[in-house]
Amino acid sequence: MSRQIKAKKSAWQKKPLHKRIGIILAHAVLALFAFLWLIPIFWVILTSFRATKGSYSSTFIPTAFSLDNYIKLFTDFSVFNFPQMLLNTLIVAAATCVLSTFFVISVAYTLSRLRFKSRKPLMNVAMIINLFPGFMSMIANYYIFKMLGWTNGPLLRLAMIAVYSGGAGLGYHIAKGFFDTIPIALDEAAMLDGCTKWNVLKKIIMPLSKPIIVFTLLNSFAGPFKDFMLAKILCGPNKDYFTVAVGMYQMLEREYIDQWFCSFAAAAVIISIPVASLFLTTQKYYSIGFSGSVKG
Amino acid sequence: MKKKAYNSGTGMLTALRKGSLWVWLSALIWGLGNLVKRQFVKGMLFLAAEAGVVLFTVQSGLYNLDKLTTLGIVAQQKVWNDEKSIFEYVDGDRSLNILLYGIITLAIVVFGLLLLRASVKSAYSAEQSWKKHGRAPTFEQDIKALLDERLQFSLLSLPILGVIAFILLPLIFMSSMAFTNYSVLDSKLVLFDWVGLKNFARTLSMNGSLGSTFWSVLGWTLVWALAATFSNYILGMLLALFINWKEIRLKKFWRFTFVLTVAVPHFVTLLIMRQMLQPNGAINVLLQNMGWIKEPLPFFTDTMWARITVILINIWVGVPYTLLQTTGILQSIPQELYESARVDGANPFVTFFKITLPYMLFVTTPYLITSFTGNINNFNVIYLTSTGMPRAVGSTAGDTDLLITWLYKLTIDNQYYDVGAVIGIMTFVTLSIASLLTFRFSGSYRNEEGFR
Repeated sequence: MSRQIKAKKSAWQKKPLHKRIGIILAHAVLALFAFLWLIPIFWVILTSFRATKGSYSSTFIPTAFSLDNYIKLFTDFSVFNFPQMLLNTLIVAAATCVLSTFFVISVAYTLSRLRFKSRKPLMNVAMIINLFPGFMSMIANYYIFKMLGWTNGPLLRLAMIAVYSGGAGLGYHIAKGFFDTIPIALDEAAMLDGCTKWNVLKKIIMPLSKPIIVFTLLNSFAGPFKDFMLAKILCGPNKDYFTVAVGMYQMLEREYIDQWFCSFAAAAVIISIPVASLFLTTQKYYSIGFSGSVKG
Repeated sequence: MKKKAYNSGTGMLTALRKGSLWVWLSALIWGLGNLVKRQFVKGMLFLAAEAGVVLFTVQSGLYNLDKLTTLGIVAQQKVWNDEKSIFEYVDGDRSLNILLYGIITLAIVVFGLLLLRASVKSAYSAEQSWKKHGRAPTFEQDIKALLDERLQFSLLSLPILGVIAFILLPLIFMSSMAFTNYSVLDSKLVLFDWVGLKNFARTLSMNGSLGSTFWSVLGWTLVWALAATFSNYILGMLLALFINWKEIRLKKFWRFTFVLTVAVPHFVTLLIMRQMLQPNGAINVLLQNMGWIKEPLPFFTDTMWARITVILINIWVGVPYTLLQTTGILQSIPQELYESARVDGANPFVTFFKITLPYMLFVTTPYLITSFTGNINNFNVIYLTSTGMPRAVGSTAGDTDLLITWLYKLTIDNQYYDVGAVIGIMTFVTLSIASLLTFRFSGSYRNEEGFR
């Protein structure tokens, strides 16, 4: 151990001076960038503990700290009912994640590992639909649900779940990329032994695919926590069914911002912790062409 | 696997050409061909489906389609009620409902035609298997096939149904509004008509206020998408390379720091950015307290400032994401390439432009397209920060509005649905042209199975 450190040290000392300065400078630059990137996050954490009210502060770092902003979120229901919003989002997210994971995995598996006549045409249609702004169908969905009377009352939740998960099948690309990396020889061998395609899926591919299923589950669970547009359009003024994102956006409206800004920051901290930890556990899948379950 | 012929049956035309009279009659009475070959359950299911489709068509389908041609002509009327001595409103036609029902009817008609095709094909295949084996597959066998050679049918039907119901039909519904005059203009909100391509002509014309707004928004959208995509891509890659540099210590720590910023939901960070960049927000306060500036910086109030600010914000949001996605690829570049370059005496710039960049471009072209598409449709970064501001008086679009945020403002805020739909379609056209161009220059789409 000590020898290793010594070896490292001597390697460091062996370097010419200008190179050593360069390396130190490089770290300094990196630290500066990291600091720049973290400023907004520091600021929101500081603001969430700020004791003085109001949306603006005359100093960057608050002068007094307190927990009031957090307490207000869970006790003051006069304008915003934060626990209710959390519950709404949780209900929608739970249903959405089960449904959309089922859709995504089915589509990805089929398009990746089964061969049939309409496979390429289906993929092309999906690509074309993906080129339309998702927003257009969202607005239309709102009017359809309004005609059906789903934009008021508990059916609103159903509408949200339907819209969040209904089109999930179109986002099959990451999961398909995963299935593509599992060697096709596995399927062929199993089918030679008389396995039906369903059994290949159930007994061979699914056990290998746990990572991608977990990824899809977590990712679609986080969806309703992160989405703002759709929930805002569908909810309109229905405060009882606000998701966290819509409620937090409302806190910044002109009439509330003065009273609620610091609580907005507190809410931001509260929901960022679970979403960020979900993201950090699944982040390895975001790298393009991540390695599959079986090497070879 | 690749060379194996698909076992997907014959087409409808072959079935009609080679099939017997029963196959022909199956087009008229669905399931007849199955019934005569003793596939009773299947035949009855087809028959029941036909009964349903026909019943719907007769009961309301024809009426809906007829209405769809005019989108309704009866306006809401005030009628004097003598008994109560008041004016009563009598409902007229509601064009939006007519349009929706008409489109749903069309969808059911298409579905019916598909069933007809399925019926003919199924009759033909029952006939063939009767000829070959002396009997047709039983219902039980058909169900089993759904878990084997026809597994794709079982797995895909629900997801496709979802996409049709919640994406495709709404898209057609919204797009069809582009050909009507459904708008707050001339109060056409309840009763509106088909107007053909008039809205397109109005939007695409160079003169006229709508046309000039459209072209300037389109121009900024393209500039934004290019700037946002490539700034993120190149800066993110440089950052990844920088952290990958062998002299940098604590690589994991640095990556974690940057990735942490994308882990927080975007709408939260974007709203915070907006708050920090207000004239009396945190950044201006900080700079003023330090005595660097006297007047607050016009982050969102001056056109040029606002445009640069949103691009910078997007860099803040996007670079860690690129870092995350490219780190793995950078590590997979064969080291021999770099070594031979070093032997040849290439400096870091040459290695970057001759080895790293070409390799990355080769692997990530599809990613670049997705990210370009994403940026054209990047609603959040604009709407939650600059909200499209600054806006000239009397215009519906601000100077940082993208097509997508303009679409939002036109429809949700201002109720110009006809123009909004045109903008949506134009966004689609822009995206299609852009991705077609990129696809032509990249092989990754055609070589999907290249590595197998």
